[in-house]
Amino acid sequence: MDSTVTTGTAEENVWGGGNSPLGASYGKMMMWFFIVSDALTFSGFLAAYGFSRFKFIEIWPIADEVFTHVPFFHGNYPMIYVAFMTFILIMSSVTMVLAVDAGHKMKKNAVIWYMFLTIIGGAIFVGSQAWEWGTFIKGDYGAVETKGGRILQFVNAETGERAAIRDFAKTLPSERVEHENKNGVWFFDEGYMPSYSFNEVMEGFKANPSILIRTEAIVQEGENEGHKTLLNREESLKKIKDGVLVVEGANLIRNEYGSRLFADFFFFITGFHGFHVFSGVVINVIIFFNVILGTYERRGHYEMVEKVGLYWHFVDLVWVFVFTFFYLV
Amino acid sequence: MAHAHKLEIFRGLLKFKSNTQKIWGVLIFLSIITAVEVVLGIVKPRALTHSYFIGMKLLNWIFIILTLVKAYYIAWDFMHLRDEKSSLRRAIVWTPIFLVAYLLFILLFEADYVYNVYKDGFIQWNF
Repeated sequence: MDSTVTTGTAEENVWGGGNSPLGASYGKMMMWFFIVSDALTFSGFLAAYGFSRFKFIEIWPIADEVFTHVPFFHGNYPMIYVAFMTFILIMSSVTMVLAVDAGHKMKKNAVIWYMFLTIIGGAIFVGSQAWEWGTFIKGDYGAVETKGGRILQFVNAETGERAAIRDFAKTLPSERVEHENKNGVWFFDEGYMPSYSFNEVMEGFKANPSILIRTEAIVQEGENEGHKTLLNREESLKKIKDGVLVVEGANLIRNEYGSRLFADFFFFITGFHGFHVFSGVVINVIIFFNVILGTYERRGHYEMVEKVGLYWHFVDLVWVFVFTFFYLV
Repeated sequence: MAHAHKLEIFRGLLKFKSNTQKIWGVLIFLSIITAVEVVLGIVKPRALTHSYFIGMKLLNWIFIILTLVKAYYIAWDFMHLRDEKSSLRRAIVWTPIFLVAYLLFILLFEADYVYNVYKDGFIQWNF
């Protein structure tokens, strides 16, 4: 593999087969083919995200205010956990390169250990992403959606912090007839129900003068540039009349963080990436057992480790872009 | 697979003794870049969020450039494109770069146009 000379006999010409002008084996070439096409798929997703974001540039949710949680810790830590996840993925990329390097030197035991560490890193990453999804779906403050599908969030004027609807909503006595299976000719279950009705939130809001409304619009100039618009009490009382329903957490239809497309793209892009990480872990496990069984030792080279390594690094590479465009920019 | 590794990064400024050392060196470099990104993302210095270059905040330009730098080192050292033939490397790198640049140009311009339609085009969306 050191040069471009043909490996065939002297009578064979360039097109007679037997030479490899790109210096890469068939399997490696095909892995690169796959990676380039998959990179274009991810670029398509991220470009679509960019399209939707530019379209709603003045009302797009601010990532720092959405992803603020760290497992086992209470409080407001924007970015910290995602940075940790990024580091885990880069770290598992490093152990993967070390496995490939050990494979070149035909050190079976070193390859086993490095593959093992790579798999652990991948598993931690997938687990973190599942936790991140769980937190995102659960939500923390709750919000109100207006007739036009816009989100109104609440702020406590005294502390300046976000106010959760559970902290100020009133509990109103009301009766609701539950639709049951035995009464329905064609039965659908009720599905998602927020913990407070819109009326309870509105009454609580009216009774509590320190609660203000924050709209989706990002202030474009002046002192508060780059922050969401905070209405004063009169404007807030007027605005709450536009509300129609309570939104808690996120699903594919609506989310409490703002624009509906934000949650859709979050689920779609990080989900697609998480699926890649998951399949990468599965492929790594298969190769891991092959290494233990001595398959590549008998074959005489560890090229398979190199090929899954390429895929694994590609997953890391995609995450670098997802991290930037979802969490930073 | 006995080809020799190229052991220098930063255009020969830093040369490592072995491939393993180079891997750790690249890890340290990538970690530093990530740390810088996270710190800038949390602090958001006013000087960078209030100045613009071609319609985008300076801070976002910094993030995108740092991301491309990270992508370069992942592809060149972890995916060892540095050790591949230049013909393979170019085929892999320039194909997506050309297509993605084209796609971004079209989509982002269109999105900006749609934004202006929403803004000035007598369409009520905020109610």
